[in-house]
Amino acid sequence: MTLDTVRRAQETPDERQPYAELGMKDDEYQRVRDILGRRPTSSELAIYSVMWSEHCSYKSSKVHLRQFGTKAPKSEALLVGMGENAGVVDIGDGWAATFKIESHNHPSYVEPHQGAATGVGGIVRDIMSMGARPIAVMDSLRFGGADQPDTRRVLPGVVEGISHYGNCLGLPNIGGEVVFDPCYIGNPLVNALCVGLLRKDQIKLATAPGPGNKVVLFGARTGADGIGGASVLASATFEDESHAKRPAVQVGDPFMEKLLIECCLELYQADVVVGIQDLGAAGVSCATTELAAKGTGGMEVNLNLVPLRDPTLRPEEILMSESQERMMAVVKPDDIPAFMAICEKWDVPATVIGEVTDTGRLVMTWDGEVIVDIPPGTAADEGPVYERPFHEPAGQAALNADGPERLPRPTDLRETLLTLLGSPNLGSKEWVTSQYDRYVRGNTVLAQPADAGMLRISEVMPGAQETTRGIALATDGNGRYAKLDPYTGAQLALAEAYRNVAVTGAKPLAVTNCLNFGSPEDPEVMWQFSEAVRGLADACRTLGVPVTGGNVSFYNQTGSTAINPTPVVGVLGVIDNVAQRVRSGFTTPGLRVLLLGETREEFGGSEWAHVIHGHLGGLPPRADLEAERALATVLTEAAARGLLEGSHDLSDGGLAIALAEACLAQGVGCTVTLPGDDAFVALFSESAARALVCVRPEAFDAVADLCARHEVPCYGLGLTGGAALTVEGVLEVPVEELREVHSSALPRVFG
Amino acid sequence: MSAARVGIVTFPGTLDDQDAARAVRLAGAEAVPLWHADHDLKGVDAVFLPGGFSYGDYLRCGAISRFSPLMTELIPAAKAGLPVLGTCNGFQILCEAHLLPGALTRNEGLHYICRDQLIRVENTRTAWTSDFTDGQEILLPIKHGEGRYVADAATLAELESTGRVVFRYAGSNPNGSLNDIAGITNEAGNIVGLMPHPEHAVEELTGAPSVDGRHFFTSILKRLVNA
Repeated sequence: MTLDTVRRAQETPDERQPYAELGMKDDEYQRVRDILGRRPTSSELAIYSVMWSEHCSYKSSKVHLRQFGTKAPKSEALLVGMGENAGVVDIGDGWAATFKIESHNHPSYVEPHQGAATGVGGIVRDIMSMGARPIAVMDSLRFGGADQPDTRRVLPGVVEGISHYGNCLGLPNIGGEVVFDPCYIGNPLVNALCVGLLRKDQIKLATAPGPGNKVVLFGARTGADGIGGASVLASATFEDESHAKRPAVQVGDPFMEKLLIECCLELYQADVVVGIQDLGAAGVSCATTELAAKGTGGMEVNLNLVPLRDPTLRPEEILMSESQERMMAVVKPDDIPAFMAICEKWDVPATVIGEVTDTGRLVMTWDGEVIVDIPPGTAADEGPVYERPFHEPAGQAALNADGPERLPRPTDLRETLLTLLGSPNLGSKEWVTSQYDRYVRGNTVLAQPADAGMLRISEVMPGAQETTRGIALATDGNGRYAKLDPYTGAQLALAEAYRNVAVTGAKPLAVTNCLNFGSPEDPEVMWQFSEAVRGLADACRTLGVPVTGGNVSFYNQTGSTAINPTPVVGVLGVIDNVAQRVRSGFTTPGLRVLLLGETREEFGGSEWAHVIHGHLGGLPPRADLEAERALATVLTEAAARGLLEGSHDLSDGGLAIALAEACLAQGVGCTVTLPGDDAFVALFSESAARALVCVRPEAFDAVADLCARHEVPCYGLGLTGGAALTVEGVLEVPVEELREVHSSALPRVFG
Repeated sequence: MSAARVGIVTFPGTLDDQDAARAVRLAGAEAVPLWHADHDLKGVDAVFLPGGFSYGDYLRCGAISRFSPLMTELIPAAKAGLPVLGTCNGFQILCEAHLLPGALTRNEGLHYICRDQLIRVENTRTAWTSDFTDGQEILLPIKHGEGRYVADAATLAELESTGRVVFRYAGSNPNGSLNDIAGITNEAGNIVGLMPHPEHAVEELTGAPSVDGRHFFTSILKRLVNA
């Protein structure tokens, strides 16, 4: 095979190149030719095609995502914002947390186990590359209908992949979501979140400054896996040839990743790393161009030095390989011996493959010939930007007009409760979460099924300060709400995650998001996207929580049918004294049960309409962000004053499901009287900005005062105790019957 | 009197070493890190082999670890009476090293299981269980994919007749272990292996909703102090 060198490219300007097959448009290819003043070599084409793919360049979303910056609320906590591998937040006492959520949707459909596993691996490396120790993971999962045959293929594989990879890494899995909806059949959503901890003064960045500094590739050897994975899999819509794409999914080795974690932390402590970047989508192409672009501007790399698992790989393939468990570091020449010694201790292969230069060019050689010579910024930062056309979907008005008011209301509310409680979306997720280690590292304070995961900050890290603090994390999203109104739907996703953090007693601080949509080339999908981003950016400003980073996943569609637009939002919060965390649900008998927040008749996109009537229409619940903020203030203040014995957020399925889950948490029943005169609305409406709390009788007045001060409606519903959920005059269900119905929802389908 | 020193072994892929060290410290002992590649037990009074996926658990759980430099020191020391506790992967390593009989195989349900499990204490005469009472039911987390204890009939009969079954799953058997076995000991009672995780049940705030795991560490401390 002829080596396509820069010289050869100059000599053969008219050679036809397979840019279209690599996903590049005519004008994009022409732009590369304009930048270089010649045709690109095949290696350069490989670099530009992956770096300019939707997945890596955000070319369709960029113009909208800017709002997360321009509308960002002032936040003293934000240490590193968007644009780095992950955002970093000041959590006090000299500590910082870094967190991010990222999608691995398409690979998880093609090969569920490896797709989901490497999704965890990828996000963990993002967190490591910020200088942090990864301390926990969460997963936000969406599948087709639970009873659809392909869900039985995809779900067990995805759960096993997350379980195997995450458990082997020794990271507790502290929460997330599992949602079923037929719209995700053929396009499951696997969004993985990781959170890491570091000392505030030890943040690492992806940058390659200092001419003469060495470029070190370390971790696993490079193989043929995932070649073109990012661009082929994430930028092309599935038809039925997905089996032909199987080799494009990466294969993970969690053992190597665990060694990489420990190795990186020791490298950071020894202070022998100038800049660092993980190798994810687009592998060596991405790491070299991004490091060089953010550093002094130049880099020379000898691709022959890249350690290979498959010695037959061509340079183009090395550049595009997405082999997992690899990192790239920039190291001062004097520090190389210490760097190598640490890698050796952890049995992590490490190789110097190049050097930082001040030429402004990224130059790569193969067998002594120059095969790449480009300005790195043109690949990393100056990719195409599209102002995609968008317009409201043709059926949107009709969808909004078809409200749930026309649906027949139930007469037997007990039966409605049990039907909802045993439905896949509201039933217990233990079938999934019991496959995840939630205890490892010994700092898990709250995990599934709590509203948010919570961790104590207690890591052995030299120079770190003792602290009583903890962090809380929650992810939420509701594709049905977003389908009805993407602007409000995105705000409701944020509101729910924000509320889930607040009910544990933590103060919400910062946001990450994973925006899952159909094809950006469809103006109707693009409208959903632009509305969702606008809604989320507006809501972040109102709630005072900045977006620190995230990920966009487009092309989640089969043929012309897109998934429901699904913005998934993660919120990180801090609690000053982790011992004051509020437990989930009813903790002991004899407590007063209070409902905080206002209930309106809101059934558009509700679980009731979905489960009982298979209906989706009307408008989602109102997103009252001022009310959310007031509620969160009450919850965190009450928790800090030790007034709350238990709490639970109200969301899918409304008060009825919240009461049932609160009873199930510790097996403590309750007897309550509903406010208002419509029991159905009181029990099943999904109005936002509400929470259920239980308090000692003597704390009631203090909580009521607090609510009055912040204008949060507060209703005394009744008392905890007994072995049944009793709603006076409406229904009574023994807790054991609730448990039976709730816990059998998933085993009934998945065994 | 100086504090008792308990060694915590870290192999590549060990995961619960931080938890193990914390549990030991909470009990009032000193936690001494031991590294797999060293031929050095650092003069510790007892050793804790924590859980994880040592060497990736490639080949077979614990199969590679048993040949590590540290294990070549630990095996004779344990045979000579050094108290050793192995949990989860540590239990698997003790079996692979033939310090304990039998083997741990894939869970009956084929899934990894993480749950809070009732365990019955069957033997309070070992170095690690003297602070329990006979027949006491305790709550400890289990988290494993390969925890089904198996042994040939003669071995099982011997374990049962000599009282060397230390822990049994109470309530439902999570993994199909023969005779509901959750943990066993050697003849001398200084080596104990079990699948459940006492180190995740030592604090009110974190881990399982139980502090029953503390008794493992108070037991060994009493033994070391009285020795």
